[in-house]
Amino acid sequence: MDHFDTLDGLVVPIDRANVDTDAIIPKQFMKSIRRTGFGPNLFDEWRYLDRGEPGQDCAARPLNPDFALNQPRYREAQIVLARENFGCGSSREHAPWALRDHGIKALIAPSFADIFHGNCFKNAMLPIVLDSATVEGLFRAVEATPGYCLRIDLPAQTIGTPGGTSIRFEIDPFRKHCLLNGLDDIALTLEQSDAIRAYERVRRKQEPWLFA
Amino acid sequence: METSTDASNPNAAPPLTLFEKIWRRHVVQVSDDGAALLYVDRQLVYEVTSPQAFEGLRLAGRQPWRRETVLATADHNVPTTARSVGIKDPMSRMQVEQLTINCKEFGITEFGLRDRRQGIIHVIGPEQGATLPGMTVVAGDSHTSTHGAFAALAFGVGTSEVEHVLATQCLLLRKMKPMLVRVDGALHPGVSAKDLILAIIGQLGTAGATGCAIEFAGTAIRALSMEARMTICNMAIEAGARVGLIGVDDTTIDYLKDRPFSPKGEHWAQAVAYWRTLTSDAEARFDRVVTFDAGTVRPMVSWGTSPEMVAAINTLVPDPAHEPDLVKRAGMVEALRYMDLPPGTPMRAIRPDKVFIGSCTNARIEDLRTAAAVVQGRRVAASIRLALVVPGSGLVKAQAEQEGLDRIFIAAGFEWREPGCSMCLGMNDDRLGPGERCASTSNRNFEGRQGPGGRTHLVSPAMAAAAAIAGHFVDVSEGSH
Repeated sequence: MDHFDTLDGLVVPIDRANVDTDAIIPKQFMKSIRRTGFGPNLFDEWRYLDRGEPGQDCAARPLNPDFALNQPRYREAQIVLARENFGCGSSREHAPWALRDHGIKALIAPSFADIFHGNCFKNAMLPIVLDSATVEGLFRAVEATPGYCLRIDLPAQTIGTPGGTSIRFEIDPFRKHCLLNGLDDIALTLEQSDAIRAYERVRRKQEPWLFA
Repeated sequence: METSTDASNPNAAPPLTLFEKIWRRHVVQVSDDGAALLYVDRQLVYEVTSPQAFEGLRLAGRQPWRRETVLATADHNVPTTARSVGIKDPMSRMQVEQLTINCKEFGITEFGLRDRRQGIIHVIGPEQGATLPGMTVVAGDSHTSTHGAFAALAFGVGTSEVEHVLATQCLLLRKMKPMLVRVDGALHPGVSAKDLILAIIGQLGTAGATGCAIEFAGTAIRALSMEARMTICNMAIEAGARVGLIGVDDTTIDYLKDRPFSPKGEHWAQAVAYWRTLTSDAEARFDRVVTFDAGTVRPMVSWGTSPEMVAAINTLVPDPAHEPDLVKRAGMVEALRYMDLPPGTPMRAIRPDKVFIGSCTNARIEDLRTAAAVVQGRRVAASIRLALVVPGSGLVKAQAEQEGLDRIFIAAGFEWREPGCSMCLGMNDDRLGPGERCASTSNRNFEGRQGPGGRTHLVSPAMAAAAAIAGHFVDVSEGSH
């Protein structure tokens, strides 16, 4: 897995609460059996004016000029600034895959839905939770300042603003460790194979019908 | 209204919540920082979120840890037209075929499309007895919370975790916070589990239980059938909770007796004795307690683009101008614009173009019986372009046909289809066109969920059936309050 250390990235604001994973990547694009290639259909229904179907040449489709991702100032964004409960709904990992494909490496919001939040870490993406007032301040700053970038320093758990302010964020220590080192957590778990087998021997006695 | 532990006897075992009991039994080990390696007893696999997981196994040269704990079927992408026609969409067909290839290669049991046991994973797991009390159950689908109705700790995971569980039988997880939703009193005739859970989500909000495992308890929950309990737990995720749970009682055990995957012989008696312990202890502490009076619930209809945007049938579409929270107000304005509904519209005046009875929320036999009772001897209104009934599994379909429900629906003008997820998410051909409005027994009313530009109103099976007949929403509980 890729690792995440520090990131100097342009910020794109997605100014809506409860952005669901159906909006992030609509279902018609989930018929792929690959993990890549979802980027052009990220936010498909908000991003394009026509109806999205698999196999289209997205470069030729009419863009919705009002949608932030389409505005030239946000085109190279690597950080999404979002509102409450970002990523709610379906567990589809296609949502973080689409964001990552588009070049997004980190997200900042007052809250994330649980499954989406976990899925980000599996894809070397960093979802950062900040309090609503701080997020509101960032929305105002991003909108007022073309080219607004943030410096995310995962080892130090800080976000540096262009004005020189440093914002502290919290992160689960294990997830931080995995992100910094790009660890494959299946390999990590398999290191515990003996413990899993020992556990199974106990369970087999307690609930033999599960091992029949 | 949180209860506190009894400190009078320090030697007594501390009272535990149902969640805590199941959690503790599944912890393989806990790391220094509190992350648990949690053992998984059952994984349900389907075609959309698994191909990348199997590919991961293949690339790493890994095999499933306990292949016999995995049960697979195709549901999201399958057509609901006659099985003999096959799958026209080449991408859908490839995904469904890939599932069969993967299951064969890795030795996993799959119910194929021609198998009567095929259906929506959250319908067939319980139907087969593959979901049992005290189990941990995962699937790459957020509505896995459904299985919590059997006192199983069940939750949705992403594809990376599908692969992780296949390879290791475990997941790395942080403990959720136990939350109690206690519902006492009795539901009025015509008011269903679906109305109750929509009312609960309306009050908690779509992120109201994020980070929590909700246990549903109280006299109103005890009175529900297993089908109705599954409807409740199914939608826990729409309040942000990955897990919904209901303690074991006679209803649970009666349902499981003699199911194909249920324990047999002496294992059955041994299992039942253990399952009887799977309720929260009387003095158990929850992080949060919320109470509801079932008697106050009316049939509910969603008016917006989030499952928290619901109103009782006898009320009006709300006015965003009365919402003090600015972010919320903006969300309401946007939702009403998308739904093309002016504030103040009576809920009864809303006229659907299509009606969908189905999904992992409401496609079980009891749901079909309730809907059939409403439509019996009547006709779908001329203004309804399509009224679909999609049973949750081949066995539900067969049962319904044995009871003659199919003939009731067909005589009324409904289409009677083959099982699958269908118009809940419109991955197959069953979808809404732009601007079309649907009375749907599914679980999500997000923008575009049932088809790009489509407008979803979440309702119970009885409410969907009644709307199909009347051409607009009606109060199926009228006179019972």
